[in-house]
Amino acid sequence: MQSGPDQAAIQFGRPGPPAIEIAGLSHWYGEGKMRRQVLEGVDLSIASGEVVLLTGPSGCGKTTLLTLVGALRQVQAGQVKVFGQELAGSSRAERQQLRRSIGMIFQGHNLLRCLSAEQNVQMGADLLPGLSSRARRDQAREWLRAVGLGDQLHKLPHDLSGGQKQRVAIARALATHPRLLLADEPTAALDSRTGRDVVVLLHGLAKEQGCGVLMVTHDPRILDLADRVLRMEDGRVVDTASADSVTAGTLAATEAGSS
Amino acid sequence: MNPLLAIWSGRRIPLAWLLLTRQPVRLAVALAGISFAGILMFMQLGFRDALFDASVTVHKMFNTDLVLMSPRTKSSISMAGFPRRRLVQALADPQVQGISPVHWNLLLWRNPETRGTRSILTLGFEPSDPLFNDPALTAKASLLTQKGRVLFDERSRNEFGPVASWFRQGRTVESEVSGKRLRVAGLFAVGPSFGADGNLLTSSETFLSLLPNTPPGSIELGLIRLRPGADPEAVAKRLRRNLPQDVIVYTRNGFIEMEKDYWRSSTAIGFIFTLGAGMGFVVGCVIVYQILYSDVSDHLPEYATLMAMGYKLTSLLGVVAREGFLLAVLGYLPAYGAGVVLYGVIKGATKLPVQMDPDRALVVFTMILVMCMGSAALAMRRLGDADPAEIF
Repeated sequence: MQSGPDQAAIQFGRPGPPAIEIAGLSHWYGEGKMRRQVLEGVDLSIASGEVVLLTGPSGCGKTTLLTLVGALRQVQAGQVKVFGQELAGSSRAERQQLRRSIGMIFQGHNLLRCLSAEQNVQMGADLLPGLSSRARRDQAREWLRAVGLGDQLHKLPHDLSGGQKQRVAIARALATHPRLLLADEPTAALDSRTGRDVVVLLHGLAKEQGCGVLMVTHDPRILDLADRVLRMEDGRVVDTASADSVTAGTLAATEAGSS
Repeated sequence: MNPLLAIWSGRRIPLAWLLLTRQPVRLAVALAGISFAGILMFMQLGFRDALFDASVTVHKMFNTDLVLMSPRTKSSISMAGFPRRRLVQALADPQVQGISPVHWNLLLWRNPETRGTRSILTLGFEPSDPLFNDPALTAKASLLTQKGRVLFDERSRNEFGPVASWFRQGRTVESEVSGKRLRVAGLFAVGPSFGADGNLLTSSETFLSLLPNTPPGSIELGLIRLRPGADPEAVAKRLRRNLPQDVIVYTRNGFIEMEKDYWRSSTAIGFIFTLGAGMGFVVGCVIVYQILYSDVSDHLPEYATLMAMGYKLTSLLGVVAREGFLLAVLGYLPAYGAGVVLYGVIKGATKLPVQMDPDRALVVFTMILVMCMGSAALAMRRLGDADPAEIF
């Protein structure tokens, strides 16, 4: 089983409207005097199927941007369109419905502690309508095989290593057949080698499914996997570069740093 | 597709069940708490119902349609006398077939072994009257025609002495009631109530010799048997109209209810046991709420993750509700089992007619269900704090 369980998902990879369109997006936290601006007029467009990395110093608003795109927060000012659906002024139910087509991978894996690896992935597959319980379980198993955990189906998260947990989380995110994957520093808790392996896997599966990826990361070793790298500073996207130039620059910097 | 099959193939991961069972210690604590509350409710309600049932075991012995009593009588432990003439007057009604006067009082019985005294409910009647529902007992009553003979309730409390076992061994059992020597002529089985620890049957003649100061022609209870097909309510109405105010006419059920009402309202006993059951309920609520609240709190990031994945808040509330329901069912079963066992123990020790009855089993289950679902509803408010935006 090389590709994902549902071939239909690949259709989402066809050229179509951009997966994400952001115009003039601003966001504030706090009230009154404590009010603090974290995003200042972000403009951004991501094509469907594109793999985009978002870097920048901590506190520059990367995670806030991710939560807004992921329909986890109400948009305060500006426009955010995901798959053509306007999120500004959206209702709670609309956002909850939209989240079903967005896969999310967190810094901490956030697996359900009381469920086995297979059951965790099936919690994702359970969101798919019209499939029998057996079909959903089989999908969960295939996703776990796809991330190389076919022999760890019944282990609890407690008994898995950090890299394995993150791979279960990837399988869970992909099990809902998302059209977009959002990942917030998925490698932060992993050593660099495991981290890169996990991202390579994520990248490969997303490309196979034609699923776009927006990933926040600090890890220079994975920048070469991106179609595009965005750099944020103080609530603005300051630099958009094609992956090749960034990779060259970063690799040079990494080598300079290590020598 | 078969609808059952559709439900089966549509099933989801049983999250509520797994949340509970993958934390066995917490589950055990929760179930212990719920079972404890359930047992407490079973005991308190069992005692209460046993009190009310036991208080009328003697009342239920009588084969009667209507009952005459003094208006001053409030319960079986304080029976007042009324003129026997009234009962004879009732005989004038064409629907009345027969009457039986009964003397009723608490007298002091001397334990033949330890010589200590204790009050025992004593009934005096004409041994030839068909007084009782149980024909065997009516037949035994003929043993009382000889003066100074009594029938002793073999289920009386042990403090009255080993009368029943001595009698069965063939010994002549004699004792003293109100200073007069009496001989046990036979046994019968009724059992003690909260008002009386034991029961004694004897003839009117013997009864009056024990209480020589009884005014002549005064009785405590008048039994009226009607012709077949007569309407007791209608006859009772007629008798109430025709008889003077110094007697009250009850139907058989009214007679039983009056006694139960006395224990229910005139004493604090019913209130105390109901309060005890209520306390079990409250204790259970606190325990279940604590368990469910900390369970939700501990899993808040996981609930938030599920919301981020696109699960509806209502389906997560459903998980907590199912946890509550599972706790109710799993906690009820051991409470029921323990209840059956403890009722057996209590029955053996107190001789009260306490046993598992389907109505009470249902009441306790309903209370446990309300307790668990109510606590789940309160714990659900914590779910509102699960903000999927906070988990990134």
